[in-house]
Amino acid sequence: MRVRTRGYWLYLIPSLILFLGVIVVPFLMNVGASFTRWSGVGTPRWIGFDNYARLLKDERFWQSFQHNVALIVAMAIVPTAIGLVLASALFDYIGKRFGPRTASALRAMYYLPQILPVAVAGVVWGWMLHPSYGAVNQIFGLDLDYLGDPDLALATVMAVMVWFQLGYPVVIFMAGLQRVDPAYYEAAEIDGASWWRKFWHITIPQIRPEIFVVLLTCTIAALKVFGPIFVLTRGGPGNATMVPSYFSYLNFFQKSNVGYGAAIATVLALIIIVVTFLFLRVQEREQ
Amino acid sequence: MRGPGRWAVLFALVVLAVVMLFPFAIVAINAVKSPAEYSSQGPLSLPDGLYLQGIIDFWNRVDFGTKLWNSFVISASVAVLAVVLSVLNAYALGIGRVKGRLSILVVFLVANTLPQEALAYPLYYLSKAVGLYDTQLAVIIVMTVIQAAFGTYLLSAVLGQFPKEILEAASIDGAGRWRSLWRIVVPISRPTINVLLIFFFIWTWNEFFLPLIFLISNDTQTVPVALAVLQGEKFMDATMSSASALLGVVPAIAFFLIFQRTLTRGVTVGAIK
Repeated sequence: MRVRTRGYWLYLIPSLILFLGVIVVPFLMNVGASFTRWSGVGTPRWIGFDNYARLLKDERFWQSFQHNVALIVAMAIVPTAIGLVLASALFDYIGKRFGPRTASALRAMYYLPQILPVAVAGVVWGWMLHPSYGAVNQIFGLDLDYLGDPDLALATVMAVMVWFQLGYPVVIFMAGLQRVDPAYYEAAEIDGASWWRKFWHITIPQIRPEIFVVLLTCTIAALKVFGPIFVLTRGGPGNATMVPSYFSYLNFFQKSNVGYGAAIATVLALIIIVVTFLFLRVQEREQ
Repeated sequence: MRGPGRWAVLFALVVLAVVMLFPFAIVAINAVKSPAEYSSQGPLSLPDGLYLQGIIDFWNRVDFGTKLWNSFVISASVAVLAVVLSVLNAYALGIGRVKGRLSILVVFLVANTLPQEALAYPLYYLSKAVGLYDTQLAVIIVMTVIQAAFGTYLLSAVLGQFPKEILEAASIDGAGRWRSLWRIVVPISRPTINVLLIFFFIWTWNEFFLPLIFLISNDTQTVPVALAVLQGEKFMDATMSSASALLGVVPAIAFFLIFQRTLTRGVTVGAIK
């Protein structure tokens, strides 16, 4: 038996080699670079924890994480909340009274933005929000520079991301609702429970695993967000929409502060790993 | 709720759907307007006729055909290669149950959630060192490994439930391990493998960060990178911008229509397992 199991190792070899070269070594190199001052050419100079000390004092760094929190609200929390109401309305209201085809057609429409490359979604909105010729100003008869005004830029990016993300929770929650035993709802209906009470006491507890998955994946996506920022604002105006991923990109490729960029990326990676483990721990405890 | 109440709920949901689809519609109608019509009528009027010059000009100017082909080559190669790797790994982990498989799976999962920024600069540096910088091969290799990390995780769970009797019967008939994999395991797991193929293809098509870093020249760039980089160029007036947005949207909608069934099935499989 032992020999039999051992033989299966062979099938992992191609991946182990590639994994080492593409993930493990680059990740360690990045951590290593974060302890140096390096412009990308020449020899990196070892400076210990200086980059990290500098990070703690860098206002831009703290701002970028605050913006990350705002994006978690826009990409994870708001879409989950709205998605729950929509999925439940589509599933047990529209689906039952207007037929499942109406429900799935509406679901497909909500999902459509999700299929776009996020950079293309940014191009679409960048055009619609253009201060002089954009459609949004024309519709509302306004003259706002949504992405160029430091007071509006973050809120605008958040709104675009809600539009982009919304379909994902709707699809996942509707699939989850199919698992729920209809007997719960029937019993509640006999007791005369209102739609809201059923939503709160049956729907949400029953699809808790799906809610967890959506919150986890969307929170990670929000922490990593890069494409929409690159396309819509490049972190600006000023630092109004700066996020860690774009901040590290800026240091890597435009300012030639490779060591500093590596420190930002390392901190971001650690935060994401910690968030993932926390979520999985909470989920485990729940079950 | 009966009578008018239910129509009110439907109406609210339809209004929301219209809001969600509005950007698609507005991009489409303005991509076929002439610049003169746009400046006199604005973005909200329906087009007088079909003015395709904006789309044609943009297409030629950025050589959009090449970009489509680049995106296709990269996405298709990554999809196939990442599925092959996922199948090999999942065979060892799900069916072979090799020692330490749980920790291996955790490593794959962590690799999949890592931000690409934490790998980007070393990958950029290494690709220059081995002469792969600005080649599609570099993007293909990196994306294959990242996608395979997810595929391994998903497929191992599926293969963990593979009926053992079939494999035992095959080995009694003299089929070796390699043969069993390709003749039995892969055909039976076809539905999951198809989901992975389509998802890897679309995810890679939509990928932005790594192609942006690796592909700097015009003949290697992918669709999302080209569109993003061109935004704000001088020649991009209002109608040409919407033409460019439309050209980015159309392939995505085409994939959505072609793969709709697999997609909705896959979104849920991928999320829960």
